[in-house]
Amino acid sequence: MQVIVAEDISKKYIIDHQKAMRKSSTLRDTFSEKFKHFFGKGEQDEVEKEEFWALRDVNFTVEQGDRVGIIGHNGAGKSTLLKILSKITEPTGGKVTIKGRVASLLEVGTGFHPELTGRENIFLNGAILGMKRHEIKSAFESIVEFAGVEKFLDTPVKRYSSGMYVRLGFAISAHLSPEILIIDEVLAVGDADFQKKCLGKMRDVSESGRTILFVSHNLAAVQSLCNRAFYFEHGRLKMQGDTTHVVNNYLSHVAKTNLEHFWETPEEAPGSDEVRFRTVRIDPEYQGGKHYIDVTTPVRVHIEFWNMAERADLNLSLHLYAFTGECIFNVGTTSQSFEKGLVAATLEIPGNFLNDGSYVISIMVVKDTSTVLFQLPDALSFEVEDHREGVTWYGKWPGYVRPQLNFQISQSEVLV
Amino acid sequence: MAYINEVVIEAGHGAKNYWKDLWKNRELLWILARRDLSVRYKQTAIGAAWAVLRPLATMAVMVFVFEMVGKFEGDAGVPYPLMVLAGITIWTFFANTFTQISHSILLNSNLVTKTYFPRLIMPLSSVLVGFIDFAVSLGLYFIIALWKNHLPGLEIIFLPLFVLLALLTSLSFGLFFSVLNVRFRDIAQLIPFLVQIGFYACPIAYSASLVEASQDAWWYDLYYLNPMVSIINGFKWSLLGDGSFFKVSSLYSTVGVISVMLLISVYYFRKEENSFVDYI
Repeated sequence: MQVIVAEDISKKYIIDHQKAMRKSSTLRDTFSEKFKHFFGKGEQDEVEKEEFWALRDVNFTVEQGDRVGIIGHNGAGKSTLLKILSKITEPTGGKVTIKGRVASLLEVGTGFHPELTGRENIFLNGAILGMKRHEIKSAFESIVEFAGVEKFLDTPVKRYSSGMYVRLGFAISAHLSPEILIIDEVLAVGDADFQKKCLGKMRDVSESGRTILFVSHNLAAVQSLCNRAFYFEHGRLKMQGDTTHVVNNYLSHVAKTNLEHFWETPEEAPGSDEVRFRTVRIDPEYQGGKHYIDVTTPVRVHIEFWNMAERADLNLSLHLYAFTGECIFNVGTTSQSFEKGLVAATLEIPGNFLNDGSYVISIMVVKDTSTVLFQLPDALSFEVEDHREGVTWYGKWPGYVRPQLNFQISQSEVLV
Repeated sequence: MAYINEVVIEAGHGAKNYWKDLWKNRELLWILARRDLSVRYKQTAIGAAWAVLRPLATMAVMVFVFEMVGKFEGDAGVPYPLMVLAGITIWTFFANTFTQISHSILLNSNLVTKTYFPRLIMPLSSVLVGFIDFAVSLGLYFIIALWKNHLPGLEIIFLPLFVLLALLTSLSFGLFFSVLNVRFRDIAQLIPFLVQIGFYACPIAYSASLVEASQDAWWYDLYYLNPMVSIINGFKWSLLGDGSFFKVSSLYSTVGVISVMLLISVYYFRKEENSFVDYI
């Protein structure tokens, strides 16, 4: 049975270029604008306003019991869709028909009041999420236990640690019993143990035949939990279907960011009088039919440049930076003497080395091991996606590298 | 399997069952009201004593300025401090609920952006705090009336009517401002100013019998167009008895103004509430 039918839904925002979008204007602005319009001077101002379609002609259906993962870049329209489905904002056009009681969790602990105690906030938040008082009462014990806040029930939540706050918030919403559950990025917070609990709870919910819509940037979690996926791009539903298929497609689009540069002739290439770059390229050795780089994928970096001088002692130096700017490593070739002509170099970065994340490569040509002839700062960039096997934890893996080191464990003694 | 609730979401298609939804959410209304109440005096040293202290201090200043310095008098047989206190009590009730309602949407912006429920719940739930302050203030009035030996007579049975009218006035104007407040933060600046002007424009520190001397003045009808004028007069009359000036016929225009304003405000609120989230 189809529980959600969306037909051509669109949502338009008007971006005001003079001011930030959706910020309140002042009365004076409105009056002066009306005034200008009245005297026919408003035309110039029209240019300042730009339409922005957060969602455009989106069609889909969701069957009862479906667990739908919604993926896409920031600003692709995922959150707008959830807001429309939760009736928080109405669409500019189109129509959605929903059968069944809907609960949306767009935030953990919606409406928590910092001054109120944990106990008071359970009732407050429960009521906001649409639970009846007797429902909250009967679930109370189990909420408190799930969140693990027994000792702090009568403490104002402003004194809670952020972890406790999140646990309490999720615990309440986990005890909702809607037919359709809409969740936005709840796994982004909380510790590993708690995330496991959350995913387990969500699986329970779906196994009881209820429908889940789940927005997340955590593709591993989406793949583990969802049977279908929607891929949004620029406000359009670009692809829908089987989760693995959609996720792979999404990743191969993401990954094509900046993997290759090629310059035909030295004249158009970046460089100095002495060296000119010809090619910088990343060649991933995709495995198992994937079309994106994940933590297990070995990667080769190819570099080719023209040496314009008659004879020079040159070496290459390569920096790999995390997206946040920290240098992960710097490697250099040995210095060699080269004739005028093309010089090629290859660097192998093994699989199971870099952690998931975004990386930027910068390349330098160095003369006589001391003088930098030319530097290509953001030569290449690439994304490493997450990959997990035999792990039931979906939190962000810490660290810049994720090497597979020889780490042994065994029972050394048995106590009888 | 027949589902009871099939929801259609469409542009301009406000929930068909809006008023039913509102009724179904009455528990939420109550719990939001209780929230406002229980956080009211958190982390204050004297707590709820503020509810007594404020009207008392205002009355003391008024008595000093108008009775002792300015030589104002109440109507014949009505003690001036009691008249002022009665006026302050109903006016403060109006001013508090009006202010709370006007700010209710903004103060709950975290709810507006994250959940759905009929938005009217927010302004409606915000009036409880005003009621509690009103009750405290009224209790204070009775204590002082006992001390001044001027306890209310039978007229007091009309008191709930004037309280209800004051509440409807605050609702009719407050709802309108609460919607405007979402889009224009100017309203937040305007409200305390309006309340201050109203304090002097309404017969609180003086008796409306003084106004009767100007029946032919151009502003006389305008003066009575302000619904709070007759509500305050009526409230004072119900507490102070027949000695206090009250023109019953002035209630007609009051009820008229309130009804028209309430219709406009509810219409405006319902029209705009679905787009609150886009402007907040």
